[in-house]
Amino acid sequence: MTTLESPAVPAPAPAGRVAAATRAWRTLRSSRAAAIGLVIVAVHLLIALLAPVLTSYDPIANNASQALLGPSWEHLAGTDQYGRDVLARVLYGGRYALGVSLAATLLTMALGTVVGCAAALRGGWFDDVLMRVLDAVLSVPSILTLLVIVTALGTGSGVIVFAIGVVCVPQVIRVVRGAALAVVPADYVTAARARGEGTWSILRREVLPNITDVVCVEAAMRASWVVLLISSLSFLGFGADPPTPDWGLMVAENRTAITVVPMASLAPIIALATLVVGLNLAADGLSKAWGVDRIREGS
Amino acid sequence: MFSFVARRVAAAFGTLVLSSVLVFLAVQALPGDVATQVLGKDATADAVAALREKLKLDQPAWERYADWIQGALHGDFGTSLVSGKAVGGEVALYLGNSAVIALVTILFAVTGSLLLGILAGLYRDRWPDHLISTVSLVGMSVPEFVVATVLVLCFSVALPMFPAVVLYGPEASVGQLLPAVWLPAAALAVVMAAYIVRMARTSVIDVMASEYVTTARLKGLSTWRVVTRHTLPSALLPTLHVIALNVAWLAGGVAVVENVFNYPGIGKLMLSSVQNRDLPVIQAIALISAVVYVVCNLAADLGAMALNPKLRTRGRTR
Repeated sequence: MTTLESPAVPAPAPAGRVAAATRAWRTLRSSRAAAIGLVIVAVHLLIALLAPVLTSYDPIANNASQALLGPSWEHLAGTDQYGRDVLARVLYGGRYALGVSLAATLLTMALGTVVGCAAALRGGWFDDVLMRVLDAVLSVPSILTLLVIVTALGTGSGVIVFAIGVVCVPQVIRVVRGAALAVVPADYVTAARARGEGTWSILRREVLPNITDVVCVEAAMRASWVVLLISSLSFLGFGADPPTPDWGLMVAENRTAITVVPMASLAPIIALATLVVGLNLAADGLSKAWGVDRIREGS
Repeated sequence: MFSFVARRVAAAFGTLVLSSVLVFLAVQALPGDVATQVLGKDATADAVAALREKLKLDQPAWERYADWIQGALHGDFGTSLVSGKAVGGEVALYLGNSAVIALVTILFAVTGSLLLGILAGLYRDRWPDHLISTVSLVGMSVPEFVVATVLVLCFSVALPMFPAVVLYGPEASVGQLLPAVWLPAAALAVVMAAYIVRMARTSVIDVMASEYVTTARLKGLSTWRVVTRHTLPSALLPTLHVIALNVAWLAGGVAVVENVFNYPGIGKLMLSSVQNRDLPVIQAIALISAVVYVVCNLAADLGAMALNPKLRTRGRTR
């Protein structure tokens, strides 16, 4: 969240930080889509954090006598086949999705940004070889790569974060490299090189502050992808392990009973869809406000 | 121009070779000894050693890679560790079933989304645009399995028009599978179309703002003629790439949807072979998907060159 609202510019002086914050605030006020998107994501984060306060039901407690109930005042969204309260599972379900997605997105963006910038700055054979390897990685369907990694290493959250990294980092590298290539020929980069600054220092002080826009938009967009990938993985039975409340897993569990208790499938679907719509709105709004050509840059 | 095409084809070939190496290494790196897994934990040491020799696991990795790729080039992907049948034939059977879905999806998604995207671009910021843009935003925000589940709820449960699951095995004929093709294809088309609609809309807007479109309008040409003769040829160019990427995406996208409908296609085979650690099948599917991806991208690049003379000469000026 913080990376989206106030761009993570390595500000040398407090003045820079204030300027960045003012700019972020102005963006939010001018772009309704971005504001709505970020609010939706913030609400999801709040719900996930406050889940124990919002519901008194235990999301993993079975209750055979209360199985497959429709919506009522006692269970606002009904119960599933094991008698678990659907609303409680949806509220808690955000924890897994948001936690893993946030970790995976941060890792992906950090790694992708550094490598992408380095490729643009260094150029030469490093860049050529890297691009060829990325092409080769991208040519295998991401879901297959994910499945192979997860079956090989197990279904822990750490493994899923790693697997998402393998699938998404190449795409981020490409986008960031493209943006950085536009900055590298600039005179201030040449000047920094002439001063004898190292690659890392040029990257941090000259290149990064100038591609923050692209990185932020890419982060919002990548986050929406990551949420979708993780939920698909859970749906296929390779993500969250069964008693865990997770939206993708809930759809898979309750699909067979969809004629009896449609709410048990619809509630997690609505939660998942609103979160991703929020992320996409944020990405759209930010890219429009900052003039980043989102569709050409990515997807 | 010829040298440019040749260089592009060579690059595609290089990518393929590299991805075949990556696929091979990744699958070989899966922990656990294949021979022990196939025979079970109680297998005697002799039996394991014999199987290792049969599977050529005692040879160095690069020799096995050479063997594998040589076979693959002749359509021989080895034998499945689970069914004991030839992988090539098995994959081809499932791939054929998936091709039916893919064909229907591409046909509907591409034509439908191009029409919608152009419509949204022409009616920029008016209600048709708002409607189409909102729907496509939702389309790209819901995962395939959600679209599939909602479709089942609407068209198999509420209105029993299509079957919710396929009861046939992989050997089913096209005629038997045909009634079950529509819902998976619709689910894939919704997700795929969202991206194409957005791209088509943006590029139509870009081109409509260009000077030559204004000139054409000032000449007094009808809107229809301006759109078909002046706007579309240039607007379709950037869209071509998004279409190619999405067609390539289908190779993996079918995995989730086919499992929702129990459709006997390549996605279902992919999932079961991952579950059973059927390495030769995983390798074959990964390699075939890589070929699809590379060929789609190559086709998009060459298509763009055919449509845009500027791209044809760029190779020379560089």
